[in-house]
Formats: sequence, C-alpha cells, structure tokens
Amino acid sequence: MNAASWGWLVLLFPLFGSLLIGSTYRVLPARTAGLVGIGAIAAAFFCGVAALISLQGEPAESRHVADSLWQYASVGGFEIDLGIYVDPLSVFMVLVVTGVSTMIHVYSYSYMKSDEGYHRFFSYLNFFVFSMLLLVLAGNYVLLIVGWAFVGFASYALISFWYRRETATKAGMKAFVINVVGDIGLVLAAILIFRELGVVDYEAVFEKAPEVFTTTNEWTAVAICLLLLVGAFAKSAQMPFHTWLADAMEGPTPVSALIHAATMVTAGVYLIGRSYPLFELAPAASDVAAIGGLVTLLVAGTIAIAVTDLKRIIAYSTMSQIGYMFVGVGIGAYSAGFFHLMTHAFFKALLFMAAGSVIAAMANMQNTDRMKGFYKAMPFTAAMLIIGALALSAFPFTSGWFSKDEILDFAAFRGGWYEVFVIGGYIGAFMTAIYSFRIIFRILPGPPCEEAQHLIDTGHVVHGEPVNPHTGEHEDTEVGYPGSEHHIAEQARGMKIGMSVLGFLALFGGLVQVPGVTEVITHFLEPTFEDSPLAAMHPSTSEAWKGLAKGGIISVAGIAFTWLLYIRRPDLPGMFRRRFKPVYTLCVNLWYGDQVIDFLIVRPFKALGRFADRAVEPFVVGGLTNGTIAVVRSAGDAVRDMQTGMLRGYAVLMLSGIVGIALYFLIRSI
Amino acid sequence: MAIEWYLVLSALLFSVGFTGVLIRRNPVVVLLCLELMLSAGALALISFSRLHGDGDGQVFVLMVLVVAACEVVVGLGLVVAMFRRRIALDVDEMKELRG
Amino acid sequence: MVEVAFFFGAIGALGGAIAVVTLRNPFYAVLALVVHLVFLAGIFLLLLAQFIAAAQIVVYAGAVMVIYVFVAAYVGGIEEPMFDSAPQLRIFGPILAAALFIEISIAVLGSSLIGLGSEGVEKVESGFGTPEAVGKLMLEDFLIAFEAASLLLLVAAVAAIVLAGRKKQSEEAG
Repeated sequence: MNAASWGWLVLLFPLFGSLLIGSTYRVLPARTAGLVGIGAIAAAFFCGVAALISLQGEPAESRHVADSLWQYASVGGFEIDLGIYVDPLSVFMVLVVTGVSTMIHVYSYSYMKSDEGYHRFFSYLNFFVFSMLLLVLAGNYVLLIVGWAFVGFASYALISFWYRRETATKAGMKAFVINVVGDIGLVLAAILIFRELGVVDYEAVFEKAPEVFTTTNEWTAVAICLLLLVGAFAKSAQMPFHTWLADAMEGPTPVSALIHAATMVTAGVYLIGRSYPLFELAPAASDVAAIGGLVTLLVAGTIAIAVTDLKRIIAYSTMSQIGYMFVGVGIGAYSAGFFHLMTHAFFKALLFMAAGSVIAAMANMQNTDRMKGFYKAMPFTAAMLIIGALALSAFPFTSGWFSKDEILDFAAFRGGWYEVFVIGGYIGAFMTAIYSFRIIFRILPGPPCEEAQHLIDTGHVVHGEPVNPHTGEHEDTEVGYPGSEHHIAEQARGMKIGMSVLGFLALFGGLVQVPGVTEVITHFLEPTFEDSPLAAMHPSTSEAWKGLAKGGIISVAGIAFTWLLYIRRPDLPGMFRRRFKPVYTLCVNLWYGDQVIDFLIVRPFKALGRFADRAVEPFVVGGLTNGTIAVVRSAGDAVRDMQTGMLRGYAVLMLSGIVGIALYFLIRSI
Repeated sequence: MAIEWYLVLSALLFSVGFTGVLIRRNPVVVLLCLELMLSAGALALISFSRLHGDGDGQVFVLMVLVVAACEVVVGLGLVVAMFRRRIALDVDEMKELRG
Repeated sequence: MVEVAFFFGAIGALGGAIAVVTLRNPFYAVLALVVHLVFLAGIFLLLLAQFIAAAQIVVYAGAVMVIYVFVAAYVGGIEEPMFDSAPQLRIFGPILAAALFIEISIAVLGSSLIGLGSEGVEKVESGFGTPEAVGKLMLEDFLIAFEAASLLLLVAAVAAIVLAGRKKQSEEAG
C-alpha cells in the first residue's frame, strides 16, 4: 500500500464514524457511540503513521504522492480532481490533528457523559476531524476550499452545540459569518490562481508559478497571496478578523480544545506553509502575514492579561500564539512555525481540558474572580494546569521553549528590519508568561473557595442551578443545554487519560527538535520545502542556543514578576489597574474589536439593506412586476373594447388595418 | 388616355363605397355601397385588361358580376327575413356576434 | 374627344356613387346606383370592353338592381338617423376612407406598381372585347372558373328558395 492509499483511509475512518454515529443515534447506546468516535480517529491516526512509514521509505526527492479518486469536473480547460497530496507536511498535519483529536475524544467520552446530545456531539466531532483532514490532505486548491468550508460548518455546529442557548447560537453565527468572509478571499484567490496559471493542482501550480511570475512582487501574485491571507486570517482569528474566537468559547470545552486551539485555527498557518512557493514570489504578502501575526500577538496578549473569564483568557492566548506561527511562516521559518503549531496543540488542548475540569468543579461558572484554592481540591487538574502554563510560557526545557524561540532565532538570523519581530516576540513572550501564570496564581493557591471547599469536604462536585454562565439566565438540562452532571478529571478516567498523554507531550514533546541534537521536525519537513531558499537558511547551533537562553530568561522573569504580583504583593494588580486606567479599559473591552466591525461593516450593510427595502424594492422590483401587470392588463382591456359586436366597428378596424398595411408597403417601396 | 385616370377613378369610387358602408345604418343601403365597391374593382380590372391587351380582366369581371348577383340574392333574402320577423332594420342592432 | 367622354362618364359615376351614400331614402339610393352603373358602362365602352358593358347594363343594372327595387319597396324606406350609436364614425370613417384613397392614388401615380411600369399595347387586335373573344377565353382558358361560377349561381338559387321557403312555413305555423 503506498502512502496515497493510507491517505484515503485516513479520510475514510472519521467520515465513516461520523455517519455511523449520526445515523444510528437512536439505537446506539451512548458509550458505544463514544467508543466508535474514539476508534475512528485512532484508526485514522494509525493510518497516518502508516503513511509516514511508507513515505519515509522513499528517497527524499520523491517523498510526495498525488492521487486522485476521480475527475470531479472538466469544464473549459478547468480540471478539478478529487485528489489528495501526501507529502511530509500533510502527513505531519495529519498526525498532529488525529493525535490530539484522539486524546480529546477520550476526554469528551467522560466530560460529555450526562449531556443529552452525546451522539450528536461525537458525530459532529468526527465530521470535524474528517473536514480538517480533507483540508490538509487536499491536492488542489478547490478541494482545499471544500475542506475549508466543511471545517467552518463543523465549527458552527459545535459552537452552537447547546442550541437552545441564545448566546451560543449567536456566537456560532458570528463565527460562521466571519469565516465566510475569509472563504470569499480564498475563493477569489483560487480564481486568480486559475486565471494566471491555468491549473489548481498543487504540483502543477507550484511548478508553473515561477515561470509565470518572473519578477518578485508582481501585483497579481501579491493579490493572490493577500487574498489567501484574508482566508487564513479569518480562519485563524487574526486581526482584523478575530472577534469570533472569544465568543466561540460558548461551545463545550472539548470543542474549544480541539477546534479553537489545536486544529481549525491552525488551518491558516497550514495554508501559508503549503502555498510557500507563491508567497516567496510575493514577499510583500509574506511580510503582511508576519506583521499581522505580530500585531495580533501583542494585542491579544494585552487582552489576555485583562480579562477574567477563564476560557476567554485561554482563547486570547491561542490568538496570540497563532500570531507567533504566522510570524514564523511569514518570515520563512517554516519548520519552526509548524513545530510551534505542534507543541501549541499539545499544551493548549491540555490547558483547555484542565480549564474544563475546573469549570465543572465550579458548576459551569467560568469567572476566575471567584476561583481559589483548587490546588488542594483537585491535585491532578492543578498539576496539568501548571504543566500547560509552563509550556505556554516557554519555560526552559518544555516543548514551548524549543518551538517559540526557534521562530525568534530565525527572525534574528534574517536580520535587517526582521529584528522587530524579535523584539515584539520577546515582549509577547513576557506577556505570555504573565497571563498564563496569572491563571495559575489566581486559581490554585490560597484558601479554597466555596465550591472547592465543597469538593474537599464531600468529594462531590457542587450541584448548582443550571444557568447561562454569562447572562445568568435559567436553563434546564434537556437536549440543547448542558447536561445535569459535571465531570472533573479526578473522577473521570477518560479525562485523566487524555490529559496525561497531552501533559507528557507538552513537557517532553520539544525534545524532537533540539537544535544541533535531534532536529527531527526540520529534517522531516525538508522535502516539502526543498525549493525554498528561505528554508535553507539555518542559524548555527550556537546562535540557536543563545536565543534559547534569552527566551528562557525572559520566561522565568515573567513568571517571577507574576508571582510577585499575585502572591507577594496582591495589592499591585489593583494599583496598576488604577494607574493605567485607559489602557486597562481598552484591554478589558477587547480593544473594541466588535464595535469597530459593527461601525465599519455591520452598519453600512444594514443601511444598505434598509435602502434596498425602502427604495429598490417598491420602485424597481415592484415597478417591474406591477408595471408588467399594468401593461398586460391595459392591452387586454384595449382588445376587449374592440369586441363590441357592432358591424360598423369591425368595418372600421378592417379599414384601419388595410390602411396601415398599405402605408407600410408604400413607405418601404419609397 | 393614360391608364392612371381610370385607376384613380376606381380608387375614388372604392373609397366612396367604403365610406357608405361605414356611415349608413340601413342594411339595404349598406349592401348597395358594397355593390359600389365591387363595381370599382371591376373598373380597375377592365382598365388593366385594356392595358395589357388581353381579355383576362374582362372574364374576371364577368365572375365578379356573378358573385355580386349571388351575394345580392342572399343578402336581400336576409333583409327580407329580418323585416318579416319585425327586427329593426339597423345594422347597429345586430350585435349578437360579439365577444 | 376621349377625354371629354371620360370626364362625362366619370362625373356621372361619381355623382351616382355619392348620391348612394348620402341620400336618406333607400329607394332613391337604389335609383342612384342604377345611374352610377349606367355611367360606368359608358366608361367600360371607352375601354373597349363592349361585351362587359352590355352585360353590366343587362345583368347588373337590369336584373340585380330590379331585385333591389323590389326589396326596397317591400321593406320600406325608413329614413334613419345617421350617427346615433357611433358618433365617432361620422368623422373617423370618411377620414380613413380618404386615407385609403390617397394611398392607392400614390401607389398608382407614383408608378411604384410593377404592373403599371410595363408598356401597355397601343393597338389591340380587332375583336378585343367582343363576345366571341370573351366567350373563347371563358371556355378555353377559364373553363373551371366558368363552371364554378355556374355552381355558385346554383347555390345562390337554392339559398334564395330556402330563405323564402322557411319563412313561408314559419308564417303558416305562426
């Protein structure tokens, strides 16, 4: 079996799992549905490993296979195949996606146990994994768009999973609409690619692109890449398309972990990495990508320091870290960027899972202001939280340390104006340490809060009234709302297993890419990026270690500063808040992103709609239809008036006709 | 004598006849005006026959005479039938064929 | 000489025609038509159509008009008001007819008709317009038309009898 066949199997298992669970939801018991879901993704993971093995068996130059199932369309020179492209990059993404997904499925097996929509959850989750795999395995831009759209739909379905909650459905729609804006960019880019190059297959496009775009920064190439960026930014919640990610936290925690931390939001990074030949022909666009990533990195970091909702802090942290990945692929550090993607998947999913456990202990309340003293009440969760935060802050020797600093090393290596990324990156790293350990130092130490105390005393999770965590509205526990029971990691084996594996990977996963020692990722991804001059650039090992040392110092300094703020001198945060009130207000209001979009886009469109309703509809559309009716009716009336029955009237009509025809012939003969 | 004179005369007689059809209400007079139109046509035919020097037009006129006679018979028969049934002799009253 | 005759005949025919249209009493209208037909026969003679002129007077003015006279006498000449039900026709009708006349005149005088463009014959053969010539044509070239005309006459005669007969029966029944 060659790699392509394994690729098809990778796609088949999740799809089959989704369909099976979805169609048999009435008969299948909940546990079986969960096991089917887990099994499907695990099977996909093993097929991915098999594809990896078969790929590595080939010599480096030929480690790419394109296979097509059938020709989807062949219209006017436009040929689209239902084809996949298996090469190191796609296998890498497949492994990351399926690996992390398996762990999250195991976690959800326990977490969602009391939810009435259990089957629906697993069906959607499997469908999402299928879509994401389709996206990364697609062999041409059209199939990529298909996967892209499916992923957007799956995200919508899962964000609004508790569909009877109005906040959730609104958040789902918001996410979908912003995603669609990105889709438009992507489709336009595909159209332009076809117009300029005449093909949409990856292999053909990347071959022809240097022939067609002979100079760098030709405006069509830049346009294509900028449109691709629109799609990437929208999907990965970078500014200015970021407003949907925070609201997407309305979805269940496993959804946040999988989609909005590890996989879907990284699709933008994958897109840029995959289209690197196009981006290297239009360096202006790559720079735009990197700058966009940098801006998002910094702004999201500031917001994460200010907000208090646990899941939202982690969401903004995700936005910030993806900014790092965009910087990475924007400046040409492809393997570094994807390495960070992998480690981020590990520790971010872990953080979300731990957060889910804490929120369950708080009876679905998410505000960190009230959470205290969980170190004693939930030791396992606390440990996982700490591991995740350490990796996130790039504490020395965690996976995050190796990956984040590799990107900054490359930026420093490129020199020139790319130094700005180094500076911004280190500032961002400092902020990362602050906001990650802010969570830790607020939730874990100290005297236990009410819910934690209840847990310590009785060993049961406190049972609260089911309410909407944001609006406080009363809910019930039937289908469409969260289940009645809340599961914490200490008591649910599925959650424990999922979190443990990811915790291990978050701690030790970085060891695969130690500069100068292992560098597995770089070597693995080399065949994909072999034509890139940027990827060939490599900072020397000693430089790399120097950069790593710098990063480690900043990380430790940040952690120490946060410890100072929250443990030693707890009055300081309040003082900072008062001293820098305007800055604080700006951050806590999310830099007014929603309001800006409302002003710039929503209001004009609404005005346009009103105009269409008031002016266009009655006059143009109404005019056309009513006008046609009036014309036809008056013609009918005129004809009816002729039917009088009067002989002389008919004679007159005949005569008029004769006169008319004679006139016509007279004039014609003249 | 140029042929156009006769043809213009024929056109004039035809128009006068048509005017009569439009203006008069007594069915007998309407039929009379129809005769006028027919005879105008006959005049045109005779003129052309003279122009071309063969007698085809004259034979045609004979046919026209025959047709006129038959039409008069049937038309006047209808008028008499109307009179006998006490229907007003007015073409405007006969409106049954409307719609 | 020919012109004088033509104008004499033309004025007479035209006068008769206008009289038919304008005279209120239908009986007078019938008589006007007879006058018109006689003058028209004169014009036919100018065009060397002797047989047709004679046939016109004998058949048309003689037989057909006599039928008209009978019916007009029988039915009665009610003097009718002219334009009650359709006052627009008073203006519209003559205008349209005038338009038609003008158009045909333009067509004729403008020589846009192909038939007029061809040169006619100045001299016709002797025997043109005589009964022999017409008869010969009818029985040789237009035999079918001849037979059809006789069929038509038969049909008209039957129709007359039917129209007359039905009335008699209904009168007896009623």
